[in-house]
Amino acid sequence: MTVVELDPSGPSWSASSDVPRPITVRRGFGDRVFRGLAVAAGATTFVVMGLIGLFLAVESWEALQVAGAGFFTDSAWLPTDDPPVFGIAALLYWTVVIAVIALVLAVPVAIGTALFINEYSPRWLRGSLTGLVDLLAAVPSLVYGMWGFYFLQPRLIGLSSWMADHLAFVPVFEVRTDKFASSAFVAGVVVSLMVVPIVTSVVREVFSQAPQGEKEAALALGGSRWGMIRTVVVPFGRGGIVGGSMLGLGRALGETIAVALIISPVFEISPRILEQGANSIAAHIALRFGEASGVALSALVAAGLALFVVTLVVNSLSTIIVARSRSGQGIEL
Amino acid sequence: MAVSESAIPVRDEVVPEQPSREPATLVASNVSAWFGDRKVLESVGLEMPARTVTALIGPSGCGKSTFIRILNRMHELVPGASLAGSVTLNGIDIYGDELPPTETRLRIGMVFQKPNPFPAMTIAENVLAGLKLSGIKVRDRDALVEECLTKAGLWNEVKDRLKASGGSLSGGQQQRLVIARALAVRPQVLLMDEPCSALDPTSTRRIEETISELQEEVTIVIVTHNMQQAARVSQQCAFFLAAENEPGRIVEAGPTEQIFEAPRDSRTADYVHGRFG
Ligand SMILES: Nc1ncnc2c1ncn2[C@@H]1O[C@H](COP(=O)(O)OP(=O)(O)O)[C@@H](O)[C@H]1O
Ligand SMILES: [Mg+2]
Repeated sequence: MTVVELDPSGPSWSASSDVPRPITVRRGFGDRVFRGLAVAAGATTFVVMGLIGLFLAVESWEALQVAGAGFFTDSAWLPTDDPPVFGIAALLYWTVVIAVIALVLAVPVAIGTALFINEYSPRWLRGSLTGLVDLLAAVPSLVYGMWGFYFLQPRLIGLSSWMADHLAFVPVFEVRTDKFASSAFVAGVVVSLMVVPIVTSVVREVFSQAPQGEKEAALALGGSRWGMIRTVVVPFGRGGIVGGSMLGLGRALGETIAVALIISPVFEISPRILEQGANSIAAHIALRFGEASGVALSALVAAGLALFVVTLVVNSLSTIIVARSRSGQGIEL
Repeated sequence: MAVSESAIPVRDEVVPEQPSREPATLVASNVSAWFGDRKVLESVGLEMPARTVTALIGPSGCGKSTFIRILNRMHELVPGASLAGSVTLNGIDIYGDELPPTETRLRIGMVFQKPNPFPAMTIAENVLAGLKLSGIKVRDRDALVEECLTKAGLWNEVKDRLKASGGSLSGGQQQRLVIARALAVRPQVLLMDEPCSALDPTSTRRIEETISELQEEVTIVIVTHNMQQAARVSQQCAFFLAAENEPGRIVEAGPTEQIFEAPRDSRTADYVHGRFG
């Protein structure tokens, strides 16, 4: 028997050509056109994003020159004084406070709603409930703001004063006035209503991807439905909960008109969320934009730039977190 | 009735120091099943005695999975699914109000075709998952983990990495982990739906050995497509068949030797000799 010695690099490749070879792809005409259109559409998003950032940077340059580092540390907003004093410290603070209140209320409700729709509601109701939640996300924030102002606020005051009476040992629930309207708390509640649908829809989507095999395993071990949810669905959806919450945070930080309708603006930083007076970057810009010019206008644009950067960072983080989690594979935010 | 004698210890007494629950006899009578309007099983009756491995064989789609899922109330979790007939565990109707479904599934464990460990848990946590789900307290967790993994034939391979994720094991190891997890709650019956069909021959062998070792302490019902496997592990065999557009029925059931060597029905003979299916 003859043994054939095989050249390990194959018959037609000499050892010197052991480098990755270029791969050429010949595309058809239609494919090229479509590819071009898709690339252009994708690029547009980035260009627009860049242009917005650039515009904000250019227009806010004047104010940033005037205020210097004080723009981040000052709480007052007196751009027409001589010398002008203005900074986003208090605005940013209250923006975050309102957003955090909104999330603390919205996330548990959203998780509960998502679990109810996916795991407990009868099948025939599931589609309509999902649609209803999406519909809530489409209600204009002005409507939430008006409803919050006229309907909800008078009914929340009792709760606010109860919390001030009983929970005042926690500094955030302390009050130094008897005015409970137009507070960060009321604004936070109204914003939470707007955030619930967004968070719910992300969380529900993620929960619904929980592997059937693991769910059945938990039930077959004698687990109750709630046990199954705790063991399989929630751990699986953890990334989605975090990502969805951050997406909601992005929305809450940028919420404008509803907050503007409810708060009565203050420019000092205080931990007391129940008493009258709060603020937010977006609401502040909306309230002052009409009458501003010169440095004052530039200062508002600079505040807008700060908000733009913060929400961009929050949204990017949320996308990264969702995409990295096991449940996020294949889910688009 | 013999119900009270065979009463099972209440949950808090279920600790590893105690002898495991007695294996029980499972009897299905007159079981029919539907998915929506489609009837997939008709009048199936089968006794699955304690200390016996019962193999369910038959071509795809004849209702073996449906039947085995009826035995621990998993069938009703499928939307639109319904059933008729009764299943008793040592005389207790599992579809009656004596046993809640969670208790039934605790006593009648199940291993699925696709290994399904909980990937967010460690190997040890996976073994204990069923106890945690049912709120059963354990005095000596480590001993229980070792005991169950040993019974499932996995202990030697994982004893040095009990804290690794359950998802980090190979398919065959995952399936044995799942068996260990099912054993940790001390079931009286263990149902296995094609537990080896996604596994390599070595893992399959290992699981077959495990089944033989477990036989004395837990009643085993196994669905398999592998005739040799049925012959190797089971003492009793039931052959399911569904004619075209008809629900599945048991054609023949009896001692495994008889089914393989002297079947009464010609369809059984054809099937076990590989002439169809
Ligand atoms: N979830 C389901 N919904 C509707 N029909 C199903 C479902 N599961 C199984 N069936 C049908 O029931 C019949 C029996 O299926 P199954 O019990 O899985 O068979 P086997 O396990 O013997 O292959 C098949 O015809 C199958 O199509
Ligand atoms: Mg099957």
